[in-house]
Amino acid sequence: MARKDELGRWGETVAGDFLVANGYEVLDRGWRCRHGEIDLVARAGRTVAFVEVKTRRTNRFGHPLEAITPAKFARLRVLAGEWCRVNRVHAGCVRIDAIGIIGDGIAIGSLDHRVGVIE
Amino acid sequence: MTVGRTRSIALSGLSGHLVDIEADIASGLPALVLIGLPDASLGESKDRVRSAVTNSGCAMPPTRVTVNLSPASLPKQGSGFDLAIALAVLAGTRDVPAESVASCVHIGELALDGRVRPVAGILPAVVAARDAGARRIMVPAGNRTEAELVPGIEVVAVASLAHALSVHGATVAVPDVEVIEPPIEPEVDSPIRDLSDIVGQPDVVDAMVTAAAGGHHMFLLGPPGAGKTMVAERLVDILPDLETHDALEVTSIASLARVARTRQLVTRPPFIAPHHTATAVAIVGGGSGVIRPGAVSRASRGVLFLDEAPEFPANVLDALRQPLESGDIVIHRANHSARFPARVQLVLAANPCPCGNAGVADSTCVCTPDRRRRYMARLSGPILDRIDIHVSVSRVSRAHLFDDTSPRMTTAQARDKVAAARALSAERWGQRRPNATELRTGKFRLAPVVVRALDAALDRGAVTMRGYDRVLRIAWTLADCDASGSPTADHIGRALYLRQGVPA
Repeated sequence: MARKDELGRWGETVAGDFLVANGYEVLDRGWRCRHGEIDLVARAGRTVAFVEVKTRRTNRFGHPLEAITPAKFARLRVLAGEWCRVNRVHAGCVRIDAIGIIGDGIAIGSLDHRVGVIE
Repeated sequence: MTVGRTRSIALSGLSGHLVDIEADIASGLPALVLIGLPDASLGESKDRVRSAVTNSGCAMPPTRVTVNLSPASLPKQGSGFDLAIALAVLAGTRDVPAESVASCVHIGELALDGRVRPVAGILPAVVAARDAGARRIMVPAGNRTEAELVPGIEVVAVASLAHALSVHGATVAVPDVEVIEPPIEPEVDSPIRDLSDIVGQPDVVDAMVTAAAGGHHMFLLGPPGAGKTMVAERLVDILPDLETHDALEVTSIASLARVARTRQLVTRPPFIAPHHTATAVAIVGGGSGVIRPGAVSRASRGVLFLDEAPEFPANVLDALRQPLESGDIVIHRANHSARFPARVQLVLAANPCPCGNAGVADSTCVCTPDRRRRYMARLSGPILDRIDIHVSVSRVSRAHLFDDTSPRMTTAQARDKVAAARALSAERWGQRRPNATELRTGKFRLAPVVVRALDAALDRGAVTMRGYDRVLRIAWTLADCDASGSPTADHIGRALYLRQGVPA
């Protein structure tokens, strides 16, 4: 696995731990279909959150969250619907979140959880 | 989370409106959203702001930033809001003391490296800020001299965004940057010309002095090479210097028309001579996004010279009718309107016919009568009726050119004469010039014996009602030029001649 993919995997693990620590139940990780991949699916109460995780080593080229484009979110929207259909989940409320992590694969520099980033 | 505020100025025409700029630093993905009717160049502002902030030692907040320009209904154009937007955002993130930023008006475009670029229209914007009650305004360092022409407001000139931040009390390193100066206008070395260059045309020189003294419009008719352009250029030279209020207005229009280095107030009246291919919009002003002043506004308080007047499209000439009467022009577009001053002294020049030789001794006109008639008919009656002084400029003979040693009036002498006449008229009329009715029937009414020739001309239908009033005004101007107190029958006669000097 390439170094950047390793970092991405590590970030997704860190994000999952963070969600669990904050009272979420992680339903799925790295779920794929032909439209793409969802990094994390987590539930808190009746709300299901689809989470895009972005990890970077430094802030030098901008905050990791700046790298998430509108096209990516459009895709996440489709993926969220697809996931619910395949897994037969009828969530009361669906939400798309983003988590930006700065870290080197060992220590976490910072972690930002943005809730409900699409109106 | 937090909101940063500041103010800037949106110009429409020469009048400016205070615009409140608020930046809300909210949760969400990193984005800078600009709302409140921005145009394309203002929409690009967010990319300039982002780069300039990052390159000034600060960071854009990695969250959703919404910038609102209020009032939202007022269209805003241009790049002059960059500085205010950047400071509002940084006040929102508390990188700079918010109270200081909120209490100041900011104008300036940002370069990507964080320097502040000069913008057009600083003078009217600073005037508008002062009139709206602002006490402090921050402008680009390149516009410092122009902004400081306005008294009654504290001007802070900044070279870079970091400089602006430190003025507001933020602790940032202020790099020593090179100030971005506006382009230097090439010095137009004004050709050396004098009124005394005009030889053998004493009538024309007298008419010019009268026109300058009373601000009367002029129509010059004559064959090619007779010196019509020469006369028009020298007319502006004999006008007195602009008074402070007028100078501010002329400089503001010039400032609005382009970004340039303005060192001082323009004190000489402008002279604008558009080519006859100019469109109506070029003459009266217009444009879809930004409404720009046209030639008639750029010539305000000075001379607008239309050479080869019959060659101008009829709609262009007729578009001038309304501004000539009212002294200003309001340009309406779908979503806004702008008012510009248009207080010009109009000078039209025309050949008597397309070939130019009609009525000239020793030359033959090759135009058919119909062609000649059509040519002059392009100058519509209503526009000619608004022109007080009609002068025939004839070719000078060789004897005049080489052997005329009679004393001729110089520009300096003529300017003194004009100034003296204007002083007399200002003393008599006081604050407000009487309108036509007051001039005819009020306390300035002339004795019937004085106006007998004029009354007769009106009865004959030789002058219109407007023409009657214009002749009265010319007669008053002539009396002022002679310092004779009140017009005599002779003044009325000369006024009638000036008004109808061109055999139609």
